[in-house]
Amino acid sequence: MKLLNFLRGETFARGIHPPEHKDTAATAIRRLPYAPRLTVPLSQHIGKTPRPIVSVGQEVVRGQPIARSNDWLSVPHHAPATGVVEAIDLRPSARGPWVESIVIRPHSAATQEDLWGTPRDRDTMDAMTPADILQAIWDTGMVGLGGAAFPTHAKLTVPKQSKVHTLVVNGCECEPYLTCDHRVMVEEADFLVAGIRYAMRATGAVRGIVGVEDNKPDAVTAIRKAIAAAGATDIFVEAVPTKYPQGSEKMLIMSLFGIEIPSGALPVSLGMVMNNVGTLAALGRLLPAGQGLTERVVTIAGPGVKRPGDYRVPLGTPLSFVLDWAGTPAAGPADARQVILGGPMMGQSVTSLDTPVTKGVSGILVFRREDMATSDRRVTYPCIKCGECVESCPMGLNPSTLGMLAAKREYETMGENFHLGDCFECGCCTYVCPSNIPLVQQFRVAKQVLRERAMAQ
Amino acid sequence: MKNKPLHPGAAVEIRSAPHVKAPRSVEQIMRNVVYSLLPICGFFVFQYGISAAFSIVAITASCLATERFFVKTGTQSGSLSDFSATITGILLALTLPPGFPLWMGAVAGFIAIALGKALFGGIGFNVFNPALVGRAFVQAAFPVAIATYTPSFLPGRFGEFIPSSLAWPLMVPADTVAWLHAKQLDALSGATPLAKWKFDGILASAGELLSSMSGHMAVGPSPVLIILCGVYLALRRFMDWRIPLAIVGSAGLTAWILFAIDPHSYPNPFFMLFSGGLILGAVYMATDMATSPVTPGGMWVYGALIGLLTVLIRYYSGLPEGVMYAILLGNAATPLIERITQPTPFGKSGLLSPKRRATYPLHPEYISREEANAVTPKKKSFKPGKKS
Repeated sequence: MKLLNFLRGETFARGIHPPEHKDTAATAIRRLPYAPRLTVPLSQHIGKTPRPIVSVGQEVVRGQPIARSNDWLSVPHHAPATGVVEAIDLRPSARGPWVESIVIRPHSAATQEDLWGTPRDRDTMDAMTPADILQAIWDTGMVGLGGAAFPTHAKLTVPKQSKVHTLVVNGCECEPYLTCDHRVMVEEADFLVAGIRYAMRATGAVRGIVGVEDNKPDAVTAIRKAIAAAGATDIFVEAVPTKYPQGSEKMLIMSLFGIEIPSGALPVSLGMVMNNVGTLAALGRLLPAGQGLTERVVTIAGPGVKRPGDYRVPLGTPLSFVLDWAGTPAAGPADARQVILGGPMMGQSVTSLDTPVTKGVSGILVFRREDMATSDRRVTYPCIKCGECVESCPMGLNPSTLGMLAAKREYETMGENFHLGDCFECGCCTYVCPSNIPLVQQFRVAKQVLRERAMAQ
Repeated sequence: MKNKPLHPGAAVEIRSAPHVKAPRSVEQIMRNVVYSLLPICGFFVFQYGISAAFSIVAITASCLATERFFVKTGTQSGSLSDFSATITGILLALTLPPGFPLWMGAVAGFIAIALGKALFGGIGFNVFNPALVGRAFVQAAFPVAIATYTPSFLPGRFGEFIPSSLAWPLMVPADTVAWLHAKQLDALSGATPLAKWKFDGILASAGELLSSMSGHMAVGPSPVLIILCGVYLALRRFMDWRIPLAIVGSAGLTAWILFAIDPHSYPNPFFMLFSGGLILGAVYMATDMATSPVTPGGMWVYGALIGLLTVLIRYYSGLPEGVMYAILLGNAATPLIERITQPTPFGKSGLLSPKRRATYPLHPEYISREEANAVTPKKKSFKPGKKS
């Protein structure tokens, strides 16, 4: 496979091929019922935290705005269920600290249809200016559903000095286990094409290119069909080689255009804007309906799940409820397990199962103790300088030397001479390291230390 | 807390991403190198008989015992189960004459691990290839014994030791020439092909060199066998293919240039490549991970340097063989080579133009044609030189 990619010359250099484990790719998206309590954290995206605009004891309707901020880099939140606001206080978050959240008790037998919002008909949609569309996107509370949770309206806003000609749509989903984007592409290709058109109008792009890894041929077919049905001649689908981290912004642009985004620059400097397929498919559904984001598709998978699959989960559903529904083995101290939000390469372990599903959660993976045992038992050796990490780093860094410098805490040298700032923490180096050295973990610490030192100055 | 956890007593464990790990480990790499060395050892024993077998066992045992001692005393990291000391022992035995006195072999094994590895802190920290450190020591300490080769494929080699093998410690080994004489085999020479060329001006033929099978040449294992084992390692990515290729290429090129200048005083490049320990050194010694550069560019420079030095030492020094010193010098130069061959990070090459043919052109002029419903390029038809 590697040799094939090399001969075809159509992708970025280096990278890795972890086992895919995409067992849920053929199962249709299913819906999850309401949990007894839904917890909507106010801060679940990059940017300012919005303020609640409901009070305790108030009844809310699904889709009704419950938090809002006037700050531009912030998005409103909407009630995920019709019910009563039970509390507004501190609740655990995935990152660890307790954050202010709105707790809603859904009414029994509440519908999962959105009841709030005024639909826009076709003529209204067509008459919207780019500024109108951006405002409408802002009102949906949309953030990047791929995991970064960056406000979508901010991402689609083109800076005054630059001009955008291409909208790149990221359907790579290179993380093992995750299939939510795959299912969305297959099942909601029409919404996706509609969303791409809105985003192209908002940015002024004249072409949209969907990059899909070539392990998802059915997604490519589905999108091609939807493009033909919509009669769009300016939207293209491209199968790119399957390789981790193909879903990274820089790597996908390298695969499609053969160009390196200069270090420290954004794709917009080359006239490109990139968005995730899940985000645009949701936009294609929400904008004409005039509704807000109240649910998202989440992959629930991993060896510790009895009924893995892609579920449409109301935002704010606690993980414990999700895992009950997906059928994890009965929990006890004996089978302690690990729950990961996101993919296994870059995802985050959760500290508490009370943590709710937020807008940025693309997957919930459960690993039992025995699944982690083989890697836990491994001994960490000193670096034997095999060079595997150098040959896997997609950014062309030298993780071997960086790791040795990190062990000596020479963080300044790492930043100045060994380009630590270019590392985007994909984890390839740790994945391949035969000495079992926690390379990317050390780099995260080093970057944080450098950031704090820079702030202190 | 108002809302009780749904799983009372549920324990979650926390780890830091990435949560999956490639199965490859240090033990696995080293174990596979040992496996690939086994056929070579087998051939070595087939050539020289019981003496070679005891030599391999004694030297490896000495290496393992030394490693065990220094791990126990806390001087170095690692453990016996990582197989690295086993590799050192086997490689050291393969570079020494089969009739090398066993006690000298044990000394070589001890020095290899003690001075070559434990002194620096154990696996991964050594600057020089431990096996070659051991060999360099005994080369200086026992110059006669290390130059005493016996012919291969002697009759009765599986039942009888080469007499020098069983020398008592600190005693002069028995005279193998007299022993050969007594066996009425004095027509056979105990010199290596390199020594024959250097001191007698006799070139061995290509077939003899490649297979080590015909004649009674005093040589190590067949280069063809070593290359086969090396290909296995390179295909399974337990060894970097660049270093052997660079060494062979650079040594072959240097030897070819000299041969082209003066074919009478220099041997042909083929002889240079397949005589002596060049192939064993290129495949197994120079590729020692800890002592070779990690950067792909550095591997080429390192290999080229070793190849060049090998030929120069063989031609212009008093020694018939130069691989060992060439590799040790290459090891010493590794930090410098790494320093000048750091990889260029993504996005810092300063080139904004596409480096290769891409699926989509970047330039907006092209887009205007797409807008005007021009034919969009299909990837299949987008061949270099044929612009649609």
